[in-house]
Amino acid sequence: MTPSESGSTGGGPANSTPSSGAPLHTSRLVRIDDTQPPPDADCVLSSRIRLARNLLGFHFVNKASPPMLADVVHRVQSARLGGPFTGGVRWVNVQATAAGDRLLLFERNLISRPFVEAQHPRGVAISSDETASVMVNEEDHLRLQMLAPGLQLVPLAERMFALDAELEHALEFAFHPRFGYLTACPTNVGTGMRISAMLHLPALRLLEELDKVQRAAKDLHLAVRGFHGEGTDALGDFFQVSNQVTLGRSEHDIVEEFSSVIVPRFIAYERAARKALLERDAASLDDRIYRALGILRTCRLLTLDEAIKFLSRLRLGASTGRLTEVPLALIDRLLLEVQPAHLSRATGCELGEDRAARAEFVRRSLR
Amino acid sequence: MQRLCDCCSNPATVHETLVENGVKTEVHLCAEHAVERGLIVPGPHGPALVVAKLLQGQVPARRAVKTCPTCGSSMQAIREAGLAGCPLCYRHFDEELGALITRAQGGASVHVGRHPAHAAELVDRAALRNKLARELREAVSREEYERAAKIRDRLQALGGQASDAFAEIDTSAAEEGGALP
Ligand SMILES: [Zn+2]
Ligand SMILES: [Zn+2]
Repeated sequence: MTPSESGSTGGGPANSTPSSGAPLHTSRLVRIDDTQPPPDADCVLSSRIRLARNLLGFHFVNKASPPMLADVVHRVQSARLGGPFTGGVRWVNVQATAAGDRLLLFERNLISRPFVEAQHPRGVAISSDETASVMVNEEDHLRLQMLAPGLQLVPLAERMFALDAELEHALEFAFHPRFGYLTACPTNVGTGMRISAMLHLPALRLLEELDKVQRAAKDLHLAVRGFHGEGTDALGDFFQVSNQVTLGRSEHDIVEEFSSVIVPRFIAYERAARKALLERDAASLDDRIYRALGILRTCRLLTLDEAIKFLSRLRLGASTGRLTEVPLALIDRLLLEVQPAHLSRATGCELGEDRAARAEFVRRSLR
Repeated sequence: MQRLCDCCSNPATVHETLVENGVKTEVHLCAEHAVERGLIVPGPHGPALVVAKLLQGQVPARRAVKTCPTCGSSMQAIREAGLAGCPLCYRHFDEELGALITRAQGGASVHVGRHPAHAAELVDRAALRNKLARELREAVSREEYERAAKIRDRLQALGGQASDAFAEIDTSAAEEGGALP
């Protein structure tokens, strides 16, 4: 099966006290479960669902005054967040949070890049297990987000709609009978839902098939982005695909097609490419994987791009069984921990002056 | 880049700067909407462009630039920012945003799926209005005018205009697909 074939069947055209700027502790931000590999983790790093919601009677964020925005934060904070938040919720006053901590939240996919940089009153609620977050005053008043490792969109969607239904008791969401949920950007109206999967496609890249993947994604009305979502280029072997159509199809249909038809096609295509590589020249593939391990275990200076490039090769090795000495969970944890804010937190190095610290950190982790 | 009409998605052919209460606003309209806003006066030899300077004092500027009464956004501002100003912009620029949304969504024009409990009645009413509008169209095409008049009265009792209902006729296909409850 090729992505171009797949193109033909594509769809038609608060309950806790807000903390203000208290430093974050990485030790408390643990998401990765080492005991059990998540579904389809060989090709899918993580799944995410976002819902955009806005409050009736308030201007959208781009047009609202700072006091109005502060009022929105206050209202959402006084609403009871159920579902994944029942185990504990941490409110972060992002406006009062240090730049390094904001970046840390971004690297953990809990807030978006524009949310890091913005100046206006805003906050984020984070569930204690870090699977759920609610950004208040991003482009929309609320951006509800659920995140899970591997491909787990169906259970994520169920939890998301439970949270949405619970919030609806406390907050009146802007809704139009024809346009659906109203969002600041007219292209997000309808369900206001974006679902995405972060795919790991190293074999397709090696076989120079990624252009085809990009084209297939376009035919399927998907957006393709890089490691850190919106506004980033596809970085190395990682591709984030997400739905673009939000109107005219139910949430259920969108999730169903995306998670049981579209993403499995990319997975099947990548698995076929891995098989082809192994059959053609296993020694070359092994050499590629073990050279990467050699570099990561011995290097003295390591940029972020290099780290991701070589970790991706280890990931390919671990998920195909060619590399057994480094577990997949460790590789995925390193993909997060080599990011600048995480590294700075772990090693005390300066943001941006971190090549030596990154090399040492990775060497130790892979010892 | 071709600038689009502030009121619809046609290319703008009339560009004017209007001054109201000392605030300068630019207006970009297609010929049709320029006539509607009084910036073009249809003459005996087809529409004649009337320069805004001549019209100042005759045509109140507020009629020329439609803005959202709640947040003050004009359609042009919404286009430039890529963002609406408030939920009511969608009611106020219903037609213009509807065209833009349908283009962005590959032809889809009606929401299908979840809705907040408070909107249940709204959704039901929209579904009923769509159904009646379809019946009205059928009745008219079969020249059953008496039945058509009755349907029109029911539509009007629903709070929408018969002409609004016609605007929603296109949505009936989605409804048949089990779209709306
Ligand atoms: Zn026009
Ligand atoms: Zn408005």
